[in-house]
Amino acid sequence: MSSAINSVRSPLEPSSFSRKSAATLIIIYAFIALVPIAWMVMTSFKSANDAVSYPPKVVFEPSMEGWVNLFTQRSRQSKEYLKSLPPPETWYEELVRSRQMVIAGPSRFLGRFLNSLIIGFGSTFLSVFFGALAGYAFSRFKIPLKEDLLFFILSTRMFPPIAVAVPIFLMYRKLGLSDTHLGMIILYTMVNLSLAVWLLKGFMDEIPLEYEEAAMVDGYTRLQAFFKIVIPQAMTGIAATSIFCMIFAWNEYAFAVLLTFSEAQTAPPFIPTIIGEGGLDWPAIAAGTVMFLVPVMIFTVVLRKHLLRGITFGAVRK
Amino acid sequence: MVEIVLQNIQKNFGDFIAVKNSNLKVKTGEFFVMLGPSGCGKTTTLRMIAGLEIPTSGNIMLDNNNVTSLRASQRDIAFVFQLFALYPHLNVEKNISFPLRMQKMKSSEIKERVREVSQLLRIEHLLKSNVSTLAGGDRQRVALGRAIVRRPAAFLMDEPLGTLDTEFREKMCLELRKLHNRIQATTVYVTHDQTEAMTMGDKIAVMNQGKILQNGTPNEIYSKPRSKFVGSFIGSPSMNFIPIDSAIEKGATSIFIDGNEFNIPEQHEGTIADKNFIGIRPEKMTLSENQGISGEVYASEYLGTRNVLTINTEVGQFKVRVSKDIKVSPLENVKISFDSHSGIIFDGTSDKALQSAYMTI
Repeated sequence: MSSAINSVRSPLEPSSFSRKSAATLIIIYAFIALVPIAWMVMTSFKSANDAVSYPPKVVFEPSMEGWVNLFTQRSRQSKEYLKSLPPPETWYEELVRSRQMVIAGPSRFLGRFLNSLIIGFGSTFLSVFFGALAGYAFSRFKIPLKEDLLFFILSTRMFPPIAVAVPIFLMYRKLGLSDTHLGMIILYTMVNLSLAVWLLKGFMDEIPLEYEEAAMVDGYTRLQAFFKIVIPQAMTGIAATSIFCMIFAWNEYAFAVLLTFSEAQTAPPFIPTIIGEGGLDWPAIAAGTVMFLVPVMIFTVVLRKHLLRGITFGAVRK
Repeated sequence: MVEIVLQNIQKNFGDFIAVKNSNLKVKTGEFFVMLGPSGCGKTTTLRMIAGLEIPTSGNIMLDNNNVTSLRASQRDIAFVFQLFALYPHLNVEKNISFPLRMQKMKSSEIKERVREVSQLLRIEHLLKSNVSTLAGGDRQRVALGRAIVRRPAAFLMDEPLGTLDTEFREKMCLELRKLHNRIQATTVYVTHDQTEAMTMGDKIAVMNQGKILQNGTPNEIYSKPRSKFVGSFIGSPSMNFIPIDSAIEKGATSIFIDGNEFNIPEQHEGTIADKNFIGIRPEKMTLSENQGISGEVYASEYLGTRNVLTINTEVGQFKVRVSKDIKVSPLENVKISFDSHSGIIFDGTSDKALQSAYMTI
């Protein structure tokens, strides 16, 4: 009898069996998804030998070698020369000397990483800004040929962006936009804009017109109402759109290889070049990849709150 | 406080005419109610006064200034929306102060004004709450607060009580009216609920299909409807329309229904049609012993103070409001008579009320 009472539950609630199996599935999936990332983080703290040892080492002596290698350029020297040098001043100099090398200077990684940040965030901001303006216009105004325009905007996403690589390459060379931050920002903005317009139009359609009307009656112009009322309420949509745009711009490889070589080169085309610099330096590559992962992860985690809030936001009374 | 005048206002949405050539005058300090079924154009009219829609033709005057083409933000009018439109990302205090912050007012003054308004509406304890946690009535008060705080020239309200439950609605009706008596602001109030209209309005305009059919005091609208629609829309149960199978001439003082002669107020106009109607309110009808339209009781609704009888007759089904002491049982045969002073003749073709000794507006 008591078991019968225990099993009483609302038909809308999942049974404890299905809840448990769902949890198990999620844990298994998270584990599978996280193993490569965990392995990458571990590799970045291994010594060069440990990184390639077989069977693979799970327990190892941590070393900062990969990280030091990532940020420095080194040159191999004879033992005699190393002995003639004054004792190393820092722990990383010591580490490099123990591998019979000296630090020749900083590597180009930090610059490439900064390029990635500038181009990634710059293009994300512009995509979302213009996407919000265009999405609002499409959502609120009577625009002749609205459906066709929207379809046209979407159609730019119907082919892979790289399909237009050659014309863009030629155009950029003529315009002097090759290997510039501005050029890359424009390019990624262009690719992301169609997505941003569609997503944000959808989110803005959900915001009742009355809020803006209330603001306009209260003495605000339409543009002021847009910034004070529409934008704050579209935050969920803006967060989601930003994440999508950011991930694309951050990870983009093909155009970056094609259009950037030094000044504006981003991290994705740079990281593979580490391989060529001093043999297969797996710990340095892993360190570079970990670094590369961090900003987009922080960005997503910060905006995640907005994403979750969007689901539970219940202030609109319909 | 302003006087609002609409001159020949028309609004088309494509082929659909939402508001047809309407004229209206709302006097300074008046509580003016626009009443009509949904889709009659009352909200569109209100939105045109607010500046949220631009009329296709006609003029909107606020105190003799033509504001027809002015933006909503330049008209100094407050609007209370049906769903309140409280900004969900701001708390109660910020919602109320929102219009003031536009005016570059000093923050100390904003605080003072918000305090004053929240005191008036008894929502001081809610100032820091999130609007999404408020109950319907409190949302209503916050929306009103946001309108009042600006001290606008006029208030426009679009069915602001529509989403509240009945008990609360009656309470808010009273509060709104009290508030109006206190601040004496010109108010245009849109509703489809005749009880709200009758209890609150100084003046009522009844609209249907984009046209203003009649505007006047609640009593005028109720007792002297100018068309069949107004008669049937106002009043619950609504007016009875008894068909008359003959034309009625100017000067007539009696009519024949179902073989009975009834006195009517002296007619100042004659009908054009051969089939016409006489409109009688249910409370002006009585059960009579000797002479009257004979019928059979179909149903009897006991309403505490009154009894509403539904009676089937040869000439149609009528509602009669009688004292609660009169007991009749279904299927009982009765005769109906009516008060000869308040009958209104409606022309069968135009549905318009004819002028008579009683019907003088």
